[in-house]
Amino acid sequence: MRLLTHNMLSSNMKGVSNGFPLRIEVEKVVEKQVDFNPDFLKNMFSKVHWKALADASRIMGYAELPEEADRSMLDSDDFLRKFHHALLELHLEEGALVCPETGRRFPVNKGIPNMLLHEDEV
Amino acid sequence: MSSRPEHAAPPEVFYDDTEARKYTSSSRIIEIQGKLTKRALELLALPDDGIPKLLLDIGCGSGLSGEKLSKKGHQWIGLDISQSMLNVALEREVEGDLLLGDMGQGLGLRDGVIDGAISISAVQWLCNADKSSHDPRLRLKAFFGSLYRSLSRGARAVFQVYPENVDQRVLILNYAMRAGFSGGVVVDFPHSSKRRKEYLVLTCGPPSVNTSIPKGKSEEDGESCSDEESSGDEENQTVCVSDRHRPRKKQKTMRGKGREWVLKKKEQLRRKGNVVPPDTKYTARKRKARF
Repeated sequence: MRLLTHNMLSSNMKGVSNGFPLRIEVEKVVEKQVDFNPDFLKNMFSKVHWKALADASRIMGYAELPEEADRSMLDSDDFLRKFHHALLELHLEEGALVCPETGRRFPVNKGIPNMLLHEDEV
Repeated sequence: MSSRPEHAAPPEVFYDDTEARKYTSSSRIIEIQGKLTKRALELLALPDDGIPKLLLDIGCGSGLSGEKLSKKGHQWIGLDISQSMLNVALEREVEGDLLLGDMGQGLGLRDGVIDGAISISAVQWLCNADKSSHDPRLRLKAFFGSLYRSLSRGARAVFQVYPENVDQRVLILNYAMRAGFSGGVVVDFPHSSKRRKEYLVLTCGPPSVNTSIPKGKSEEDGESCSDEESSGDEENQTVCVSDRHRPRKKQKTMRGKGREWVLKKKEQLRRKGNVVPPDTKYTARKRKARF
């Protein structure tokens, strides 16, 4: 699972009012090369929750992203490369996502988070 | 459509390791899936500006449709309930991210982040109750509600569906409209039982100029079809539009049956041989309100 997906996912358990961002428990991280596309990044920038992305990338062992970012930084190629790497190339292979309110763990196996809820959580 | 997989078992059970393998090694299924995805992408009508979009593939299975999305350069997130299908997707090294999840439990995505959603032959599964805790209505509501929230304004969702009957189609469409979507059903090849394909084309937000429903495909365009006689263009396309902002039916202003109707009735009675007063200028005239 890439951080792009982590940035979009939230816990939708019954009774959880703010299930975002899911906390990451890391067991194994892999990196996969992806083609660099600045247009996509610029388009996604407004949709990405920056703080969640920066925190998540730090947990995954990549500390290059600044704490805060704004539109003007998109002109810098260096920044875009870092953004690209954090968003698309870092994969959480094994580990878990944890709901920030209830502490419910969603295990991640082979890069696939198991978001299935039990009957009493729907 | 003699055997429907929905009747055999719940999706996570039906698509086990053997079925998943079978599904993905059949060149026929791969071809059909490819065609359906291509058509769904066409109906999705993403702006042609070369910027890759973030799409959602609901019921992505082994990622057959996702591959088409990757080919177009889009990033996608796939959701499926069958672990076996997702394992096959992993083997095929698809480029999108995969989630193991149940669409009937809601999607669990942040608001307004997805640029478009497609789903190939999946949504009809929601109409089945596989567990005692399942209520198709609640599951449809949860699904469409969460989808509506996660799509950005003006984004589209295209679902290729195989509804079992009219009731299912109405049910699905109904819940989509309740969630706030506008749109309708596009039917390709409505007169052919084999090639007939239905697409639910939904737009996020109230209808506007750019939310018009595209036309269905007929036998005439695309590859030729031998066993079908192709009649006029109009007949091969069905497009119905519905949304919750549709204006109410106009109230009938005409009250009473009118002079023509009275004359006709009198004529009928005359033919029967009854005694009927003659037709004059007073016949079926308007009365004053106080009468």
